Amino acid sequence: MDILQLLISGIANGCIYGLLALGFVLIYKATEAVNFAQGDMLMLGAFLGITVINSNYMDMPFLAGLIAAAVVMGIFGYLLDRLVLRGIFGQPQFAMVILTIALGFLLRFFAGVTWGYDPISLESPFAGRILELGGLTIPMVDAVIIVATVLLTTSLYFFFARTRLGVAMQACSQNQMAAYYMGIPVKRVNAIVWALSGVVAAIAGVLFAAKGAIEPSTGLIFGIKAFAAAVIGGLGSLPGALAGGLLVGVVEPFASRYLPSGFGPIAPYALMLMVLVLRPGGLFAQIKQKKV
Amino acid sequence: MRVIFKNSYDNDINLFEDRVHLLKYAVLLLAALVMPWVISAFYVGELTSVLIWSLAGLGLMLIAGHTGQVSLGHAAFMAIGAFSHLALMLRGWPFVPALIASGVITGLAGALIARPLGRMSGIYLAIATLALSIIIEDVAIVATPITGGIAGLFAPPIEFFGLMIDRYGTPRAFYYLCLTVLIIVTLGYANLLRSPTGRSFLAVRDSEVSARALGVNVPRAKTVSFALSCAITGLAGALYAHQAQAVNYESFLVLISITLLLQVVVGGLGSMHGAFFGAFVVVLLPQTISMARSFINTNTPFNLGAYPGMDTAVFALIILLMIIYEPRGIYGIWIRLRTWLELFPLYRKGMFRRTRTYLKTERMR
Amino acid sequence: MSLLQVEGLSIHFGGVKAVDNISFTVEPGEVFTIVGPNGAGKSTIFNLISRLYEPTAGRIVFDGRDITRLPAHDIAGIGIARTFQNIELFDHSSVLQNLLIGRHSRRRTRWYEDMLFLPKVRRAEREDRRIVEEVIDFLELAAYRDKLIAGLPYGVRKLVEIARALSSEPKLILLDEPASGLSVEETIDMAWWIEDMQKDLGLTVLMVEHDMSLVSRVSTRVLAVAEGKALALGTSAEVQADPRVIEAYLGKQENHE
Repeated sequence: MDILQLLISGIANGCIYGLLALGFVLIYKATEAVNFAQGDMLMLGAFLGITVINSNYMDMPFLAGLIAAAVVMGIFGYLLDRLVLRGIFGQPQFAMVILTIALGFLLRFFAGVTWGYDPISLESPFAGRILELGGLTIPMVDAVIIVATVLLTTSLYFFFARTRLGVAMQACSQNQMAAYYMGIPVKRVNAIVWALSGVVAAIAGVLFAAKGAIEPSTGLIFGIKAFAAAVIGGLGSLPGALAGGLLVGVVEPFASRYLPSGFGPIAPYALMLMVLVLRPGGLFAQIKQKKV
Repeated sequence: MRVIFKNSYDNDINLFEDRVHLLKYAVLLLAALVMPWVISAFYVGELTSVLIWSLAGLGLMLIAGHTGQVSLGHAAFMAIGAFSHLALMLRGWPFVPALIASGVITGLAGALIARPLGRMSGIYLAIATLALSIIIEDVAIVATPITGGIAGLFAPPIEFFGLMIDRYGTPRAFYYLCLTVLIIVTLGYANLLRSPTGRSFLAVRDSEVSARALGVNVPRAKTVSFALSCAITGLAGALYAHQAQAVNYESFLVLISITLLLQVVVGGLGSMHGAFFGAFVVVLLPQTISMARSFINTNTPFNLGAYPGMDTAVFALIILLMIIYEPRGIYGIWIRLRTWLELFPLYRKGMFRRTRTYLKTERMR
Repeated sequence: MSLLQVEGLSIHFGGVKAVDNISFTVEPGEVFTIVGPNGAGKSTIFNLISRLYEPTAGRIVFDGRDITRLPAHDIAGIGIARTFQNIELFDHSSVLQNLLIGRHSRRRTRWYEDMLFLPKVRRAEREDRRIVEEVIDFLELAAYRDKLIAGLPYGVRKLVEIARALSSEPKLILLDEPASGLSVEETIDMAWWIEDMQKDLGLTVLMVEHDMSLVSRVSTRVLAVAEGKALALGTSAEVQADPRVIEAYLGKQENHE
């Protein structure tokens, strides 16, 4: 039972990592850029949710907060691409890495000035409530997170498989130049991808804040961990990102429980290094040699 | 504008292409030697920090700027350098052998992990080194016999041929010590760059496949570059330990790794000058900001509160603008300025226009 | 004795036989050209000879030595240099630097000697420089010596890549589509350079090329390949007249309706 309990809590955490990793992969596939500010976008989304929902701020229903945070972060992602990132369109991947690292610093500073540096929790309707399921006691939050993740990934799947925009995004991720020649407005698609990843980050952020407290620097380490998840799955694969997130989420509590103290926190990174050494492209990727 | 008439291959081989060039650096060295006698002890300390971070930046520049392998985890190697240096000194080793040993140990550690890391490229390498930096934070706590655990280690005073050197007691002596190490490393670095080894690094950076076809053993070149880079950073870590007087697991957080990379980027990736420029920005920016703030508070009706993290935010903003408008960093601005002065009034606006590379995918497929 | 012998060379990527049992020999001093439609496996043959790819089967013998298992970075050292279809120069370095990297396979100093810049390093540098200057003279690149690659016109870059290959003092040079992307005038110049390399430097040239005017002008022998298989071998005129080659390029007659 103990193990099952750990497993479920790990899966709930893993869902959030997975969602964040999904955001990484979305952007990586579309633009070949890696967004090091993804974790900070989650942090910002969480704070937005708190602002709308918590009683000492606007005191609105949970769902309203979730939607508001998602919309604002979506717009943020879109504007970010339009106003800042387009300035370096066509520059090497590395420029984007540095740019988003700097952006993360700025977001953290902004959050610190606006919401302070003390951890804040989200007042959710399911805080403290527990689901009894055949002898298992599952915190309601965990159940909500798992269900929300399933819903979000399913709708993302149908978005990519069935809608015109989704197919256009897939085309861009395969070959930007060819997509451009086929009349797909690559730059606009990029902006929408950034918006989408902002939305996903915000949802993950609100879910996370419902489970634990959030502070401005949460995003940094959280982002790195989710990045590890994305790399474990192979940066180019959406299901891989989710699987990697779940793996990291599950490994963490088990490592802290069963390994000597001090090794728990580093388990996800050790796992990622192992995957990178054994399969440099991640578990789900198909890396090919550069053609000459 | 100066025109250099070359009459021997040595013109291109020498470190300084002519007397004027040599003279410039002699003046710079003289200024560095005289400086501690002109400024207050506090600023001698700040300037020493600049030297130490320049050294760390040089280490990262070798692998990131000249070999094209971006490391987001170099604070880990500062940590290895610092802890091994202090651990040796506390076991009775004199300063100089301990310093050299710390460089060697860090270099070996770098060489050891360079092979598995060398198979990764681009973003994968960056994230792997970032993970390494996080892991080292925890190892620093666990490996108590070497690192002193959570409490960390205190730096013993340096005894140098009967001379006691201490960061606070004799700030000038410590400054000269750091300057000496920095100059030696800089000369070695410059020598590498003008010889086959340095060129093989550049080849790996710009095109691995043609480097191989030209006879460069790419994994070996990466290993050598990574090891040397780590060794230099390790030396910087050892000196930093003396500068900070005490180090523990919190001295080399992953944020230091990230800042170090931003430092070399703001200075100018791919040039040795960049490491120095970047160190000036990183070390002197907080001081400049607090001076600017007190100036505004006293001389204008505005009153700026003391926001924590203000200096990091300004630094980040500088990086942001730099990436968009001058990706070659301060070194790029410096080159432009110099050309403008040399060519005045003939400078044209498009002289340094960047060529964009839309098609060159880095995804290898 | 032949300079290069390729025997039964094959490479399969998954189920695709990119190169399928190809054999040929290159004699010293000749210009040997491989022609074929796009995707015929010409560049793959080059990548196999320069050991960037691992062959599935077959043998490559160079200068009497089996090089089928030699690491790619040792290929330049035994006297095979190459250029690339899509120019792989070191963009952020000068022409001179690029050519000096071309000398890498002849280096005699180790990294710690380089770091101390011992007198032997300086001597080696002077010697490398002397040879590189000979190449610069030969290909008339003096005007571009200190220019950065990133700012050079396409045609000059092609030439710099050949110069970089020549700097390693090879016996055999592999030219991967030397005329692609060049204007008619530049292609004629390229023919001159190839003839000069063959006659003045005594080099053996193995070339992949589409431009038949260049092929017929410089080639001693031509090998036509299609879908990874060898079709015909002979002089340029013989190969162009071969019905199988015409079929490979144009498709079977009855397919054109």
